[in-house]
Amino acid sequence: MLNGIPINFYIMLSAVLFIIGVVGVMARRNAIIIFMCIELMLNAVNLLLVAFSTLHNDASGQVFVFFIMAVAAAEVAVGLAILSMVYRNFKSIDIDLLSRLKN
Amino acid sequence: MLGYTITQWLFGILSFLAIMFALMVVFTRNPVNSVLYLVLTFFCIAGHYLLLNAQFLAVVHIVVYAGAIMVLFLFIIMLMNLNADTEPRKHIGTRFIAGMVGGILLFVMVGALRGAEQLQLVQGGASQIGLVKNLGKVLFSEFLFPFEIASILLLAALVGAIMIGKRDTNINSKENTNS
Repeated sequence: MLNGIPINFYIMLSAVLFIIGVVGVMARRNAIIIFMCIELMLNAVNLLLVAFSTLHNDASGQVFVFFIMAVAAAEVAVGLAILSMVYRNFKSIDIDLLSRLKN
Repeated sequence: MLGYTITQWLFGILSFLAIMFALMVVFTRNPVNSVLYLVLTFFCIAGHYLLLNAQFLAVVHIVVYAGAIMVLFLFIIMLMNLNADTEPRKHIGTRFIAGMVGGILLFVMVGALRGAEQLQLVQGGASQIGLVKNLGKVLFSEFLFPFEIASILLLAALVGAIMIGKRDTNINSKENTNS
């Protein structure tokens, strides 16, 4: 009864999710939202890895997704610590303010 | 139902919801709402994992992303007391250019990936690789070394996050005692 879905659909869905993440990174100034958009991009890639892992009936892809989740968790912990430091010093997390670093 | 199977209906609905919620993440002004929409997006992606017979990853995805990472985001946003009024906005021209660049990128990606083969996914009980037993076997035999490295990475991130968060308070307390 269960019918397969062509891999093309998963590729397109992942591409759309990834590009929504890219647009979010470019269009927003709140550093936390930018972080969340990066998470969205990571998840688009994860979804594609799982789709291909199922397509080829190979568990390696799912193990890779597992590792990507671990790296994402580490990245978020360190990134949010940096952001809270930035907020403590600037009283804002507008990333355009951080350009004063170059002066 | 219009010639589509249940799986195809589920795929369509989950994809539509995931894309809609992802768009709401980008276009909502209030950061708290943004986080909540991202949690809903992650639930849709977990549903996709279930459709793909990756049950273990679906559970881990909900526990790690919706349960841990998003709560951390929400915690930081509450701590900084952010809301729609304090939200900085980019210039309208910059946002327009960002949307245009995204559209062009989407066009290029769709054009490049359109030629992929029309392979049918093996689904519906045939695939057992997503179960904990099989994934555990692969993880602890083939990928044992990367697994250990991941533990070192998590430890380093833990120590780093604590050090970054702590140093400033030390400087402040020193300044306070000096002054």
